[in-house]
Amino acid sequence: MSALTMNLTATASEENSFDSAPEQTVVEDTVGFPLVDDPKIRARNASVFYGDKQAIFNIDLDIGKHEVIAMIGPSGCGKSTFLRTINRMNDTVDGCRVSGEFLLEEDNIYGSKMDVVELRARVGMVFQKPNPFPKSIFDNVAYGPKIHGLAGSRVELDEIVENSLKRAGLWAEVKDRLQQPGTGLSGGQQQRLCIARAISISPEVILMDEPCSALDPIATARIEELIAELAENYTIVIVTHSMQQAARVSHRTAYFHLGKLVEVNETEKVFTTPEHKLTEAYITGRFG
Amino acid sequence: MQTSNLIIALLVMSALAYFFGYQRSRGFARQLGGVSNLHSLPTYYGMRVALWCGLPSVLLLFVCLAFEETIISKMLLSGIPDEIRPTSIAEYNLLMNKIENLASGALSSEGVKPALLDAAAALGYLRDMSQRLLTGLAMLVAGGGGFWGWWRMSAQLRARQQVEKIFKGFLLLCASLAIFTTLGILLSVIFESVRFFQQVPISEFLFGLEWSPQTAIRPDQVGGSGSFGAVPLFLGTMLISFIAMTVAVPAGLMSAIYLAEYAGSKVRSFVKPALEILAGVPTVVYGYFAALTVAPLIRDTGTSMGLSVTSESALAAGLVMGIMIIPFISSLADDVINAVPQTMRDGSLALGATHSETIKQVIIPAALPGIVGGVLLAVSRAIGETMIVVMAAGLAANLTVNPLDTVTTVTVQIVTLLVGDQEFDSAKTLSAFALGLMLFLVTLGLNYIALRVVKKYREQYE
Amino acid sequence: MSKSSKPNATTERIRQTLAKRYRAEKRFRLYGVVAILFGLLCVATLFVDIIGKGHGAFRQTYIQLSVDYDADILGISDINDAQQLALADFSGLVKKSLRTRFSDVSGRKDKRQLYRLVSNSAEYDLTDRLKTAPALLGQSEKRWVLADDDIDTYFKSLNSSDGAFVGRTSEKQQQWVQSLIDAGQIELRFNSQFFSNGDSREPEQAGIGGAIVGSLFTLFITLALSFPIGVAAAVYLEEFAPKNRWTDFIEVNINNLAAVPSIIFGLLGLAIFINFFHVPRSVPVIGGLVLAVMTLPTIIISSRAAIKAVPPSIREAGIGIGASPVQVVLHHVLPLALPGMLTGTIIGMAQALGETAPLLMIGMVAFIVDVPGGFTDPATVLPVQIFLWADSPERAFVEKTSAAIMVLLAFLITMNTFAVILRKRLERRW
Repeated sequence: MSALTMNLTATASEENSFDSAPEQTVVEDTVGFPLVDDPKIRARNASVFYGDKQAIFNIDLDIGKHEVIAMIGPSGCGKSTFLRTINRMNDTVDGCRVSGEFLLEEDNIYGSKMDVVELRARVGMVFQKPNPFPKSIFDNVAYGPKIHGLAGSRVELDEIVENSLKRAGLWAEVKDRLQQPGTGLSGGQQQRLCIARAISISPEVILMDEPCSALDPIATARIEELIAELAENYTIVIVTHSMQQAARVSHRTAYFHLGKLVEVNETEKVFTTPEHKLTEAYITGRFG
Repeated sequence: MQTSNLIIALLVMSALAYFFGYQRSRGFARQLGGVSNLHSLPTYYGMRVALWCGLPSVLLLFVCLAFEETIISKMLLSGIPDEIRPTSIAEYNLLMNKIENLASGALSSEGVKPALLDAAAALGYLRDMSQRLLTGLAMLVAGGGGFWGWWRMSAQLRARQQVEKIFKGFLLLCASLAIFTTLGILLSVIFESVRFFQQVPISEFLFGLEWSPQTAIRPDQVGGSGSFGAVPLFLGTMLISFIAMTVAVPAGLMSAIYLAEYAGSKVRSFVKPALEILAGVPTVVYGYFAALTVAPLIRDTGTSMGLSVTSESALAAGLVMGIMIIPFISSLADDVINAVPQTMRDGSLALGATHSETIKQVIIPAALPGIVGGVLLAVSRAIGETMIVVMAAGLAANLTVNPLDTVTTVTVQIVTLLVGDQEFDSAKTLSAFALGLMLFLVTLGLNYIALRVVKKYREQYE
Repeated sequence: MSKSSKPNATTERIRQTLAKRYRAEKRFRLYGVVAILFGLLCVATLFVDIIGKGHGAFRQTYIQLSVDYDADILGISDINDAQQLALADFSGLVKKSLRTRFSDVSGRKDKRQLYRLVSNSAEYDLTDRLKTAPALLGQSEKRWVLADDDIDTYFKSLNSSDGAFVGRTSEKQQQWVQSLIDAGQIELRFNSQFFSNGDSREPEQAGIGGAIVGSLFTLFITLALSFPIGVAAAVYLEEFAPKNRWTDFIEVNINNLAAVPSIIFGLLGLAIFINFFHVPRSVPVIGGLVLAVMTLPTIIISSRAAIKAVPPSIREAGIGIGASPVQVVLHHVLPLALPGMLTGTIIGMAQALGETAPLLMIGMVAFIVDVPGGFTDPATVLPVQIFLWADSPERAFVEKTSAAIMVLLAFLITMNTFAVILRKRLERRW
C-alpha cells in the first residue's frame, strides 16, 4: 500500500462536478475514494453501450501504479465490460460503443494516436476460462514475443519463455515437456500458462477476468499467490465473483451494481465497514 | 394377371383385411362394454390383420419375381439340343436375345432352327405359367394370412406391440439399406473386376504405362489385343484434380476466412448465397462451360503466347472443376473456422496480435484438422467428378503432367467404355468395372479418413 | 494528447514492427477480397455466358410461304381418305411454294439450295393443317413455316456485333434471305416447339419437352422411393437405434455413401438392377431407382438433423401421458420435424435433377424422339439431353444447349429457393 497515495480528500461528488456532464446528476454518486494521484489508468465519465442498451453508466475510476484492484458485484453488473474497455477488447464486439475518457498514463486509450496492437501489448489480459492455443507449451509463451518481434534470436526467445514461465510459477512443472501441447496441462496449470503468456511481452497492466472461476480451490490458491507476487511489477485489475478472493488479493475493491460504480474503497474497509447500503447488502449475501 | 395388377389386388385384399380386423375388434369391444377393455385400439387390430394379409404375400411376390427370369432361362436351356447349346456368356446372351425376339415376334421365324422356335414357344408358355402360378400363390398366401390373422384375434391380443414391432423392423430395414447399397456397390464392381483380372494380370493394370482398351472382338480378327496399363489414367486424374485443388483450396479457404472473420453480416448475407449458387450448378453445365468457353479461351491465349495448347487441355477441365469445388471447400472451412472457440481469438487479440496474425497463427492451426478433412473430401470429389472431364478432357491416354496437353481420367474411361453396347465378357467392358473398383476404394479411403478427422475435430471443441 | 510518457523498451520495439505488420494485415484482407471477387466473377461469367449463348433459342426463324393446296401436286382425290392423305406429297407442295416465291431460280443445284431454306418439318406442318381444315384443298393461304437451322443461325446473327455467321449457308441463300427480309416474309417467333418437342437430329425441331417429361417421371420414382425410406431410416437411427456395432456400421456407411462419386451408383445400377434384376434400361424406372439410391444419404442426413432439432421435452411429454415410443414419434416428433425433412428432400431432389453421370451408364443417354408417356417408356432427362446436344456438331445446337441449361437452372433455382423459403417459414426456434 505504500506505493499508493490515496486522494482521501477528493470526494466523488466534487470530481463529478469538475467534469460536469449534464446527465450525471441522475447517476448515483460513487462513494469511497475512486481517484488516486498519478494513476496508471484513469477513466472519466465512462459509458459503454451495446446497440441501444447502456451497460456502463458514467464511471469515474483511477487505478494506481502497482495496485491490485478487485472488481466485484452481481452478474451482469458491468464489471467485466468495464475491464474489457481498458484494452479495447470490446472493439471486436459488434455494435459496442464506448464514450468517456480513458487514459493509460498520459495516452488516450481511445485516441486516434493509440494503436490497438501497442495498447494490448501494454495491457495484458487473462480470461475466465484458460484458453491456451492448440500449440506446444513453449510456443504458447513464445507467441507474443514472436509476433511483436521482441526476441532477436532463439537464445533470447528461450530466455523470455523461461523467465515468463518462472514468474508464472510454472517452470518447475513444465521445463521437461516444453514441446508438449499446452492443452494437455491441468486447468490450473493452463491458467498459469496463460498468465505466463500474458507477461511474456512485459505488459504494464494485467487484466484478469475471473481467472479462477474454472479452477479448483488448490489451483485457485496458487493463482492468488501468483497475483500477490506479480503485484510488485505490474498493475493488476481483477474481476472476481468471489468476495473472499477479492479480500485476499486486492488492495482496493470496487463494487459495481447495474452498470454503476457504487463504492470504491480500501479492501479491508469495503469488507468490514462498507459505506453504501448496496455494498453492505451484497457482501452480507443478501443478493448476488 | 400382370404384376402391377396383382400388386393392386393384394393392396385391396389388405384393405379388406384391415376392415374385417377392425370390425371384429369392435365386436369384442361391444361384448366387453367399450373400447377401453381391449388391449389395443381397434385400428391396431385392423392393421395387424392387414399386415398378416399383405406382408407375406408381397414378400413372396418379390422373391419370386427376382428369381423368375433365372429359373425360366435355366429351364429353357435344358431343352435346347447340344449342338446349339451356348459355350460362353456372349453366346448365351445372343441366344437368349434371339429366343426373346422370336417369342415377341420382333424376329421373323423364317429360316430359324426349329429347336429355337420350340424354345420361343416354350418361353411364352413358361412365362404364362409362371404368371398364373404366381397370381394363384400370392392370392392364396394373402387370403390365408389374412384369415389366420383374423381368426387368432382376441381382446387380450397385444396388437399394438405386434404392429409396432413390425413397424420398427421396417425402419431398421430402411436404415440398413445403406449397408446393402455399399455391399451392392462392392459386389457389382468386385465381381466383374475379378473376371477382368482373370484376363489381364493385376500388375499390368496397376503398373502398366499404356492404355488402349480396344480388343479384337473375334479371336481371328487382326488388330490390337488391347493394353490395360492404367497408370496414364491415374496420372491424368491426379493432374486434373491437382489443378482443381490449386484453384479451389486458396480461393475457397480465403473466401471462407474473409466471410467468417472480416465480412460484416450484410456482406455475408449476400456473398454466401451467391457463392452457393456455384455448388448448385449441375456438373453437366460446368462441363459445357469448360468445353465451349474455357477451353477455347485457354487455347487461344496459349496460342497467342506461342504455346501449343490442345483444345481439350487438362488445364481447362481442372480450372472449371476447381471453380465447382470452391463453394464446397468454402462452406466446410467456414464451418470449422466458426467452430474455433471465440476464447482463442480473444487470447490472441489480447496479446496485441493483429487480426491476420491471429488467423494465420492461431485460428488456422486450430482449425487445421477440420480444414484438412474438408480438403480430403474435396479431393475425393475431384477424383470422382465425371461430367466435366467427359466433356472437356480428352480420351487420349497420354502419360504426361503437362497441363496444356490432353489427358484422360478414370471416370472418362468408365463412361466411354460403358456407354453404348456392351459385351460383358470382353476385357474392354470389364476393365471399366476394375477402374470403378479403384475409384470406389480410393474415394472410400479418402472419405473415411476425412470424416474421421472432421469428427475428431468437432469433438475436440464440443 | 502528447506522448509525454516515455515508452519503455518493449513498446519501442513493438512500435518499430507496426508498419510492417499492418501492411501484412492489409495484404491478407486483400487476398480474402480477391478470393471472394473471383468466386463472384465465376458465378457472373457462367451465367452471362450461358444466357448470352442461349437466349436466342427461345425464338425461332419462320418463313412465310404462299401455299397452294393443289390436289394434283398432292395426289389427293378424296380429302376424307386417310390413306391418301398419308401418302400425299406435301414436300412437293412446299417446294412448289418456294419455286413460286423465287421464280428466277433454275438449275438442280440452286433449287436444292432453295428447298433447304425451310425445315423439313414444314411438310408435316402442312399435313396437319390440311387434316384439321380439309376445306383448304384447292385453296391457297399464307402460312409461316419453320426455317432450316442454318438459315435460323444466319438470320439471328445478322444484327450481331461480330458480323453475320455464314456457316453452311451459300451466297445465294443469303440473297434469298435478304429478299425475304425486304418483303417482311421472314421473322423470329416464340419457339413453343422447344418446350413441347422431343429430341431431333434437326436442331430447329429439337425440343426439351421429352427430356422435361422424362425428368419428371424419373424424379417421381426417386421421390417415391427415397423420401419414405430416407425418413424411415432417419427415424430409426435417431429414435430407436440401440447403440451397437450395427448402428455404428450403418452410420459409417451412410456418411461414406454421401461422398461416393455419383458414377459409382451408375455402375451399381448397371450391374445389379439391369444385369441381375433385369430392370429394362433407358426407362425412368431404372433412372429413378439409381437416383433414389444416390440421394438417400442426403435425405437421411438432413432428416436426422430435423429430428434432432425437436427438443426432448416433447418426447418426454408424450411418454409421460402413456403413449408408446412409436406413437410419440408418429404423432409428435415427425410432424414437427417434417419441414426440415422436406427441405432436405427438396435439396436432394434438386441434386438428382441435375445429375448426369450415373444415368449415362444405364442407357438414359439414348436418342429418343418421342415424349415418354409412362414410367416404362424409353426416356432421357434434362441434363443428359444437355450432354447429348453439347456433343452435337451443328452450330444451332449451341444455342439449344444453352437454352436447355437455362431451363434446368431455372428449375433448380426454383427448387432451392422453395426449400429456403420453406425452412424460413416453418422453422421453429425452441
